[in-house]
Amino acid sequence: MAKLRQCAIYGKGGIGKSTTTQNLVAALAEQGHKVMIVGCDPKADSTRLILHAKAQNSIMQMASDAGSVEDLELEDVLKVGYKDIKCVESGGPEPGVGCAGRGVITAINFLEEEGAYTDDLNFVFYDVLGDVVCGGFAMPIRENKAQEIYIVCSGEMMAMYAANNIAKGIVKYANSGSVRLAGLICNSRQCAREDELIMELARKLGTTMIHFVPRDNVVQRAEIRRMTVIEYEPTAKQADEYRDLARKINENKNFIIPTPITMDELEDLLMEFGVMEEVDESIVGKTAAAEA
Amino acid sequence: MSQDVENIQMSYPLFRNDEYKENLANKQALYEERHPQDKIEEVFQWTTTEEYQKLNFEREALTVNPAKACQPLGAVLCALGFEKTLPYVHGSQGCVAYFRSYFNRHFKEPISCVSDSMTEDAAVFGGQKNMMAGLENAKALYKPDIIAVSTTCMAEVIGDDLNAFINNSKKEGYIEQDYPVPFAHTPSFVGSHTTGWDNMFEGMGRYFTLNHMEDKVVGSNGKINFVPGFETYLGNFRVIKRMMNEMGVDYSLLSDPSEVLDTPADGEFRMYSGGTTQAEIKDAPNAITTVLLQPWQLEKTKKLVQDTWHQKAPKLEIPMGLEWTDKFLMEISELTGKPIPKSLELERGRFVDMITDSHAWLHGKKFALYGDADFALGMTKFLLELGVEVTDVLVNHANKRWKKACEEVLKASPYGQSATVHIGCDLWHFRSLMFTNKPDFMIGNSYAKFIQRDTLHKGKEFEVPLIRLGFPIFDRHHLHRMTTLGYEGGMYMLTTLVNTVLEKLDDDTRGMGTTDYNHDLIR
Repeated sequence: MAKLRQCAIYGKGGIGKSTTTQNLVAALAEQGHKVMIVGCDPKADSTRLILHAKAQNSIMQMASDAGSVEDLELEDVLKVGYKDIKCVESGGPEPGVGCAGRGVITAINFLEEEGAYTDDLNFVFYDVLGDVVCGGFAMPIRENKAQEIYIVCSGEMMAMYAANNIAKGIVKYANSGSVRLAGLICNSRQCAREDELIMELARKLGTTMIHFVPRDNVVQRAEIRRMTVIEYEPTAKQADEYRDLARKINENKNFIIPTPITMDELEDLLMEFGVMEEVDESIVGKTAAAEA
Repeated sequence: MSQDVENIQMSYPLFRNDEYKENLANKQALYEERHPQDKIEEVFQWTTTEEYQKLNFEREALTVNPAKACQPLGAVLCALGFEKTLPYVHGSQGCVAYFRSYFNRHFKEPISCVSDSMTEDAAVFGGQKNMMAGLENAKALYKPDIIAVSTTCMAEVIGDDLNAFINNSKKEGYIEQDYPVPFAHTPSFVGSHTTGWDNMFEGMGRYFTLNHMEDKVVGSNGKINFVPGFETYLGNFRVIKRMMNEMGVDYSLLSDPSEVLDTPADGEFRMYSGGTTQAEIKDAPNAITTVLLQPWQLEKTKKLVQDTWHQKAPKLEIPMGLEWTDKFLMEISELTGKPIPKSLELERGRFVDMITDSHAWLHGKKFALYGDADFALGMTKFLLELGVEVTDVLVNHANKRWKKACEEVLKASPYGQSATVHIGCDLWHFRSLMFTNKPDFMIGNSYAKFIQRDTLHKGKEFEVPLIRLGFPIFDRHHLHRMTTLGYEGGMYMLTTLVNTVLEKLDDDTRGMGTTDYNHDLIR
């Protein structure tokens, strides 16, 4: 039996983490790996393409209905989808109330205690909401959990800010444990020289761009059908891109403690690639009237 | 007002003088918006009915007096049982003040325990800074050999990672790399004080053994390990040691706070005293096996014992009462090859003699009880052995498997046929049962004194006297030094039970010329 590899996927909200993760996992499963996805996002949309479902019943929702998490059984919350991929959603509160981070902690503790991490698994992927915003969302990268982190980003300014911030979060945990940054996944937004830009960012962070996933409408067409591209149209060129990504992750051995860059460095980089224009200090704070 | 410095009176009887009576009456009438007495009475009577009980048991969203405490309280007790160990709670100060005072009130002893005082900024930025400064300060000030870290709700809600924080504190030099800081996450909103004890013990076991298993051989030290679980009767630690000494069995009692919670008044303050040594816990995997004295409350410990230490952990119930003490001693004898000595046989004989002496008074008496899972199960078993009819057994934190086990114990005895087992229930449920099922006595901790008061208010014939066995006992002194395990514990419990029955009988029969035909000199 190969050692279980646990990976966490982080990235700015809306960047395509869930879509990328599910397509990647589908490709890994196709290549014969046993995989589990743990959705760590109150939206609970990390498994819908695997299960062909609107949103999977989440651990926190079911615990809340049942009275407490102790009243749940593993089979209530663990669903099996495409190619025997195991799916779990931690779930969490509606926006504006409660604590979603605690939901992630409770859910992962529950999975551990109920023996969800079986010996036959090769990979566990945690699909984590947005930035590393609180201790709860860092739960997947605590000791003995995910040791590899992939950051999904694109050539947009905010996505790169987020990637750099996530790298800062990883440093905190990497220094005391064995969690490492394993690479950037560029989910293309078709910006100019996007691949070079992300490669340069990766280099500055001390890692690599593990794969450049081009933009392709087939992803959306599959998504409307609540399917991954791998399943919906296995012969599509995009499916091969995800297969490539899966293969690279499977073979990846480049795990490092990242070297996040300062805001100035990041801005210089963005300017170098023309994503951001140089600020003319003389106009800062001037109203339209004053300028006229 | 009317206090006299030469004769200071407590609220009772002070408040019975006219000045205070008037004052209190005015307070109620003018400021408290108190309902008329007959309305209060009407509602009170309604809460004693079957109708109310039905509503009460349909209650979903409210707990009234939960009959359990929170996880870190248990973690602190577990840590106190280790030599020169400082319990350290990562979280807010108020929680820890509560743990200290809760144990103060029960043990009448100072309780050494620190917090790292997380406040608003720690809630926002995480408590790592508090941990670093806290560990450094606690070590410098109190010079413990071990700091045992647990958590409060606050740290758990924001997701503080103890493993990372403690490692970072070591890496940055606040404490030495090899300084022992075992830890356990103990969210108060999950489980109970017994879960917290279990978690902390697992943390201790993990820290001292997990990465040191290569040279360990089960049975090589010839010892038996005992893990007490959340145990507050100091006599129980002592009786286990005494019985093993009499049998000539070499043992390790893993977590033993019986010294530090019972220090003498000889002019010297002992912040640390006695306790399980580091050598003992490190050596634990070499023992023949590990016996869990409260197995229903030690599920994580059981996993550690079986999966990490590779020991079987015999299937035993809590050694309470006659049969389960017999089974306990026979199992130890079988495991070690040491015969049960004459002294224990003699003790057993005396215990059986006591049971038969008191049997006439206890037979058929109806008892209800509540408490922690293992205590309640052991007490149920013991009451049935005495011929006491059990009406209700209530445990808040027990699971369905426990309920089934308790029901089986009851079913096996003619005295348990009409009993009901309640889990997930609180003392307000228990109060209803005391009115409707009207047992002769109830067994519980100090909190039930208010239930006794309420039953008396309904009428003398409805009063259900409380027998104080369990935790916490705040309103009687020194009972925490007694014993409930083994034959010795059985003797103490039997003495308490039968004498309460006899006192009640005396109380009922001392009406001069009315009931005193039964006010006998000899019982």
